[in-house]
Amino acid sequence: MTEPPKTVAEFEDLLAAAKAAGLLPIMQWGSAKSGMGLAFPLQQLMAAYGPVGPINDWIFQKPGATIDTPTNLTAAQHLEDWIKNGYFPPDINAIEYTDSNSRFVAGEGVFTFNGDWENADYNTNMAGNVGFFAFPPSVEGDQPAAMSGPLTFGIAATAKHADCAAFFFNWVATNPTAREIDVAVGGSNPGGPADATIPPVPAGSITAETLAAGPVVGANAMDFIANATSSIFAQGWTPELQKMVGGQQDAAGLLQAVQAEYERELTQ
Amino acid sequence: MMASDHRSEAHTVSRPPLPTKRVRRETFVGWLFATPALFMYGFFVLVPLLLTIFYSLYKWNGVGPMTWVGLKNYVTVFQVPDLIGTIYNAFLLVLWFSFIPVALGLVVSSVIHRIASGRFGSVARTVLFLPQVIPLVAAGIIWGWLLALPGLINQLLKAIGLGSITRAWLGDFHFALPAVGVIGIWVLLGFCTVLLLTGITKIDPALYESARIDGATWLQEFIGITVPLLRNEIGVCLTVTVINALAAFDIVYVATAGGPGNSTSVPGLQIYILAFTQRAIGLASALAVMLMLLVVVVIIPIQRLSRESG
Repeated sequence: MTEPPKTVAEFEDLLAAAKAAGLLPIMQWGSAKSGMGLAFPLQQLMAAYGPVGPINDWIFQKPGATIDTPTNLTAAQHLEDWIKNGYFPPDINAIEYTDSNSRFVAGEGVFTFNGDWENADYNTNMAGNVGFFAFPPSVEGDQPAAMSGPLTFGIAATAKHADCAAFFFNWVATNPTAREIDVAVGGSNPGGPADATIPPVPAGSITAETLAAGPVVGANAMDFIANATSSIFAQGWTPELQKMVGGQQDAAGLLQAVQAEYERELTQ
Repeated sequence: MMASDHRSEAHTVSRPPLPTKRVRRETFVGWLFATPALFMYGFFVLVPLLLTIFYSLYKWNGVGPMTWVGLKNYVTVFQVPDLIGTIYNAFLLVLWFSFIPVALGLVVSSVIHRIASGRFGSVARTVLFLPQVIPLVAAGIIWGWLLALPGLINQLLKAIGLGSITRAWLGDFHFALPAVGVIGIWVLLGFCTVLLLTGITKIDPALYESARIDGATWLQEFIGITVPLLRNEIGVCLTVTVINALAAFDIVYVATAGGPGNSTSVPGLQIYILAFTQRAIGLASALAVMLMLLVVVVIIPIQRLSRESG
């Protein structure tokens, strides 16, 4: 592999090549204690085979929205194939998030699906031996998509020192030193005003690569499917994806079960 | 008139004597001693219990306004994913958390009493009771490592030629619940052993001596003397451990969090998810009340049996 794959098909060729070479193609976690990490590749596949709009509609509970769509079924079928092909660790249902990262940093797994909050760890422990690319589209040349769930903060109406809290949030978003800390430790785009510059990061670092991917993804960003309702991750995605790993659930059943859980939670 | 007179006479005769000043004072002092415990019991048990019943009649997210829904939550609770499966898992855990620890505890306590009453016995008691002292979260992490695919248990299995059966025990659909059960045995065996050992020491040694003079083996002593005379202690052990199994939360949460695919999920875990993840406090409270009733229904026969035996 000399350059990032341009399509899902190319990425799947790389997975097959890694498997053939005796390597673990993808290190990912799946323990219910951490929440099922296969939700990451699944959502990337959804956004590769269909538009991000309906996915966001579902996450933001737009009336009539459904996750059980033909393009999402295609995505889930690809994930099911990956599982059956042995592209994930055989003990994935027992692997916790932290253990998955430790094993990836130690060299187990060619790829992993994760967020830029791990950049500091990768920069420290895998410097020069790790790289980042946005998950490719299914058709070469299409705009890639990625999850982007910004943290939201609120100040209680009854807060005794609301002005202090507001000052802190403003300081975090605008102060140059705060923004540097944000990028160096957090690994993410520090947000803030539209015209604010991003603090410089070491060239070639994984942080530089994830920050550069932001404008490429642009408006093709989506929130995380685990955030659709407060317990859709614990009661829907995690158990159903674990069943898929265990051969007890297929792609169609996965989407139907999660949609049913979504509707159950919304009616309660 | 005659009948009336007799009743009056009988009533006068059966009236208990008025308590003396000393008795009244002792009763007052007794209540005084019990007051701190009663206060704690009321504050930490009765108040939460009544609040849970109260919340179960409302729709509430824990922060906003509460909406009265009556018994609707008790109907809705049956829509909880795989509710029957979680109750089934709880009853399976009774085998692992209750029957096996009590049976093993009987054997272990009997052996310790017979052959190791000295320093070795003290060490054995301490080692077995240690899991009760270790924080369960730490124990859960350690057990997670032990039972992982590259963990010590699989390494030992490989070392003795059983590499073909190695697996991620807590991530396997068929073995996750038994693996959680093994953790439960580890936690509860010490409690059962210490309680039963205390009971054994109260058994008259003359009974064992006469049995030995008659040539009884350890097994005959165990079945003929130890088990029958420990019925009360066995009843306590069963009560505590069955409650631990049916209302299980902590061990399951730290070991598997209900996975894989709800195969180890139990009602206690669903209550936690409903209350603190889904923020459906009323629904969670309704399930909690139903779980409490289930536990009571199961525990009452055990209590009655052990009392009758006693």
